[in-house]
Amino acid sequence: MKGLIVERGGPLALIQDGGRFGVRHLGVTQGGAADWVSLGWANWLLGNAPQAPGVEITVGGLTLYAETSVTLALTGADLGATLDDEPLAPGRRFTIAAGQRLAFESPRTGLRDYLAFPGGLDAAPVLGSVASTVRESLGGLDGQGRALTEGDCLTWVGGTSGSERTLPSRVGTLPGDGERVTLALVGGAQIAGFSGTSVFEAFNTPWQVDQRADRMGVRLTGPELRYLGEGMVSEGIPLGAVQVPADGQPIVLLNDRQTIGGYPRLGALTPLACARLAQCQPGTEVWLTPVAVGQAREAHLRQLACWG
Amino acid sequence: MSDPSIETVGMDSLIVRLFDNIDEENMPWMLAADRALREAFGEALIDLVPSYTTLLVHYDIQRLDLQAARARVSEALKGLTPATSGEGQRHVIPVWYDVSVGPELERIAERLGGSQEDVIARHCARDYSVFALGFAPGYAFMGRLDDELATPRLKTPRQKVAAGSVAIAERQTAVYPTLSPGGWNIVGRTPVALFGRDREGYSLFRPGDKVRFEAISREAFIEQGGDPTPLAERGDIPTEAQT
Repeated sequence: MKGLIVERGGPLALIQDGGRFGVRHLGVTQGGAADWVSLGWANWLLGNAPQAPGVEITVGGLTLYAETSVTLALTGADLGATLDDEPLAPGRRFTIAAGQRLAFESPRTGLRDYLAFPGGLDAAPVLGSVASTVRESLGGLDGQGRALTEGDCLTWVGGTSGSERTLPSRVGTLPGDGERVTLALVGGAQIAGFSGTSVFEAFNTPWQVDQRADRMGVRLTGPELRYLGEGMVSEGIPLGAVQVPADGQPIVLLNDRQTIGGYPRLGALTPLACARLAQCQPGTEVWLTPVAVGQAREAHLRQLACWG
Repeated sequence: MSDPSIETVGMDSLIVRLFDNIDEENMPWMLAADRALREAFGEALIDLVPSYTTLLVHYDIQRLDLQAARARVSEALKGLTPATSGEGQRHVIPVWYDVSVGPELERIAERLGGSQEDVIARHCARDYSVFALGFAPGYAFMGRLDDELATPRLKTPRQKVAAGSVAIAERQTAVYPTLSPGGWNIVGRTPVALFGRDREGYSLFRPGDKVRFEAISREAFIEQGGDPTPLAERGDIPTEAQT
């Protein structure tokens, strides 16, 4: 079958879906699109299920050559994408003709792009998901979790792409110009174990996104948070958990996190906040803001309702 | 079992805390709670992650709000009785103990003040309980190790630990299911595959299982499909002052 040929894989282009569920008790990580909101919108533009398999392109560097004409959708960061050297802004459907090239350069704003395909990308699920986890050698095109590389051929399930759809305004995960990045956090049981000053500082000082950031976790730097409680026994880690190791600098654990761990936690970012954090370049200033579980749930359900 | 607590840990996740400390005696309760929670949540359960003393319940917020989720946990724990012992599977895992594939045999023997054979005999002398799975697919944390074998983790983790490597850290033991980085002391290698996408249930080990190690020869190891390639990197052994 004709498809899109990978001419250049770049640093990290991965096939992702909504994640791998029902196997975390075996030590298998969740995986899935780090910015699941952008993947959801890309799929919505084509009339797909929100978390149908697509490609997550981190920081650019990917070039695809079309063997056949196809309508795709691109959302997320501005990675300097071009279609035969013409700039292609994210947040839309577009048709790539046979013989054309889609190329991603480097990030201008944000970090990750999502490319959706008619009916979803065609790949065989492993343990119920096509999500690529390099560390665990699970998922992806070859089932072994590796990133896209030169010579790979992307094909899709097919079917109708539905009628033309336009992204509503202000739905993305990237902050507007000068907009403060606030990340909603559900307080966890161990929050009481942090010093009063630390709890105050956690929510009232800006945090810098560190260079040490990947799909497992994002380190934030700022005031040193002090945990006064006792040492912990390892326990299950939810998405977005904000763990604080001995150096007092929090790490937000994302999709490819370890399944259990023993560092104290302030709580967990909401999945919506995780998607926003996944688009923050190193050096970005972010603020943590407390949210009640009920409020967080309502915001999440509103997001899901957008996609019908 | 102490009074269980139900803690909110995220928008869609609860921690059910049954115990405060790691103990083999927890396991029948943990297994019973695992089963009861799976039953109580049914299709509203996305993932359930048991660890030594807790279970993380990740539920579907499209089906349940926090109050309903807490109610299901309470319902599941009501009248909980411990699983009968011997319910988990028993495994005998063949291991080729040798410094070429288990370089820290030397270090542990030195700490013990005995021979490598003494280390092997002690490691094979008891049944270990699988307390929890984590770190990597199919990686089982097992204990309790003979006090005399308890050894701190390596100061610097290895970049590459071969699949099947049998390891010791503090009072726990484990087997690396796949090639991965790792900071535990390596004492040998098993030819047995611990995790496979074609295996029923994927993972050989489950919490509550009992595992005993059995020493085999290099020949038997190879015959059973083992890869005898030596561990290339030496472990970076901490001095006692650093541990």
